[in-house]
Amino acid sequence: MAVVGDAPVLTGLCVRPAFRDRLDLPRRVVFLAALSMVGIVFILLGFIAWQGVQLFVQNGVPISSVLSPTWSPEDAPVSFGILPFVLATIGVTGVAVLISTPLSVGLALFLSEVAPRRAREIVQPALEIFVGIPSVVWGWLGLTILVPILATNFRWLGFTVGFSWFAGSVVLSIMILPTITTITYDAFRAVPQELRTGSLALGTTRWQMIRHILLPAARAGTLTAIVLGMTRAAGEALAVQMVIGNRPTIPTSLTQPVTTLTSQITLDMGNTVFGAPDNNVLWTMGLILLLISMLSVILIRAMNRSGKRA
Amino acid sequence: MTAAGQSQRKSSGRAGRTIVADRVATAVLWGLGAFVLLLLGGIIVHFVLASIGFMSLSFVFGDPSESALGGVGPLLFNSVYMLVLAMLIAVPLGILAGIYMSEYAGDNRVTDSIRFAEEAISSVPSIVVGLFGLIAFVNLTHWGFTAMGGALALTLFNLPLMARLCEQALRAVPADERSASLALGATKWQTIRHVVLPLAIPGIVTGIILTAGRVFGEAAALLFTAGISTPTGYNFANLNIFDHNSPWSPFRPATTLSVYIWKTNSEGLGSFVQQIGDGASALLLATVLIFNVGARFLGRILTRRLTAA
Repeated sequence: MAVVGDAPVLTGLCVRPAFRDRLDLPRRVVFLAALSMVGIVFILLGFIAWQGVQLFVQNGVPISSVLSPTWSPEDAPVSFGILPFVLATIGVTGVAVLISTPLSVGLALFLSEVAPRRAREIVQPALEIFVGIPSVVWGWLGLTILVPILATNFRWLGFTVGFSWFAGSVVLSIMILPTITTITYDAFRAVPQELRTGSLALGTTRWQMIRHILLPAARAGTLTAIVLGMTRAAGEALAVQMVIGNRPTIPTSLTQPVTTLTSQITLDMGNTVFGAPDNNVLWTMGLILLLISMLSVILIRAMNRSGKRA
Repeated sequence: MTAAGQSQRKSSGRAGRTIVADRVATAVLWGLGAFVLLLLGGIIVHFVLASIGFMSLSFVFGDPSESALGGVGPLLFNSVYMLVLAMLIAVPLGILAGIYMSEYAGDNRVTDSIRFAEEAISSVPSIVVGLFGLIAFVNLTHWGFTAMGGALALTLFNLPLMARLCEQALRAVPADERSASLALGATKWQTIRHVVLPLAIPGIVTGIILTAGRVFGEAAALLFTAGISTPTGYNFANLNIFDHNSPWSPFRPATTLSVYIWKTNSEGLGSFVQQIGDGASALLLATVLIFNVGARFLGRILTRRLTAA
């Protein structure tokens, strides 16, 4: 495009371009629209970071208090330990990814390698509808179906109330399934057809080809998908909050109620006074979530770059 | 083709096991495909059965009530209102940004940082966007909880999605169309406006509808921006958009349907929590389905109308 647009002007035929053309207003306008996204990132980071450090600056809460394992913002001795929430976020996200990854990668393999066109044309739109289902609906389903099942049929495993780390992970694993599947699928499609035919021509079965050729070739893409899925799971708020039980203790068992960073923010933001330490600590948690998501974007970029070089 | 090759081979020993593994893997992968369809079908059937007893026009359009079942009318209205408000901001901005990324952006650091910003905003948790909205559009502006604040928060993190979908739609326009227009002496902007943009409209419309579906169901970003108060008694005859009592005013609290599901459940209001949750979820699910099917359908019609002629 650029080549055609920048073709040398026939100086004899063309007078000096008019001011309007030199200004090229449309270009400036669309550029500003695109640049506004960079502005949003800076403003977002700035505001959340500013409010996120107020706990230490304005309220003078020592960092050691925040890193402690005790969450007791109201009763003396007051302690703002967010360690239970951080660990619960890691735990809930980790188990969700453990459940979701095999299912998603398998589903992506099905779509890309096994399914005939007709089957793919049914399953892919179904996945797109999955993406569109709002998180409160997933939370509601978890609350009204999964939690009662855990509480009645699996009490012998230790699910006393049903609301649990495990329930949160299951709900999240289904929510991130389409994310991981779509990106892994794209990674599989990007593997050259010659690698497949080459392998099959040597007499391997399709499964051998998938295991020894396809999966290694698409490793970078699969990892990207998992990281994206994790990011989404760690940031999901309402669905998790509805099924997780919300008890601010260090998570020790899958059957136990826990509280994640997101669910604590959701629950307490409306019940605390803006500027008070028990409110500001929620902003600190928000800042942590924001930093996690930024880091994961940087990580994915680095992975893609090294994937391209290799 | 592989199956035919395998059946001719003698299945004994190690080769036999390999073939069995292949068959088992194939069966498992088919099972996963079926699992997704069954899950989706199960969810739809579940909500149909759960809401069939009470779903009625008075539930969909009626006012919420604490003593009786009531309805979700004002909340549904707020969802639609907020969607329109958010899309009024996000669509023009997204299309413009998409035009820059597709038609102008060079391979340089500015483009790279815009791309990074796009990915970064997309990955920010919606609850954090809600927190940002609480400072920026509720506290700093002194608006309090408003539909406008909610719509701005929604715009913020759907802008990258909108921009990316528009960029893809524009990139899909063949280069020949641009060359032909430029060769006829059109300027770059004339080419974009009269040649590229019309050809990309089907893709852009699909993008708008997909974004709209996401905006419609969002809740976490709205809790602290548009508020969670239960609205009743909207007077739709009051068309004064500057009157904060008018449902048409953007500067009034606007609890949406998805927020309402969370709210009724977390506050455990009344004895109809179950019906409200099931009914409202069913409505949300139905909307998502309509948006999805609509995007496909409209995209196909527009493609035929605008490009085949």
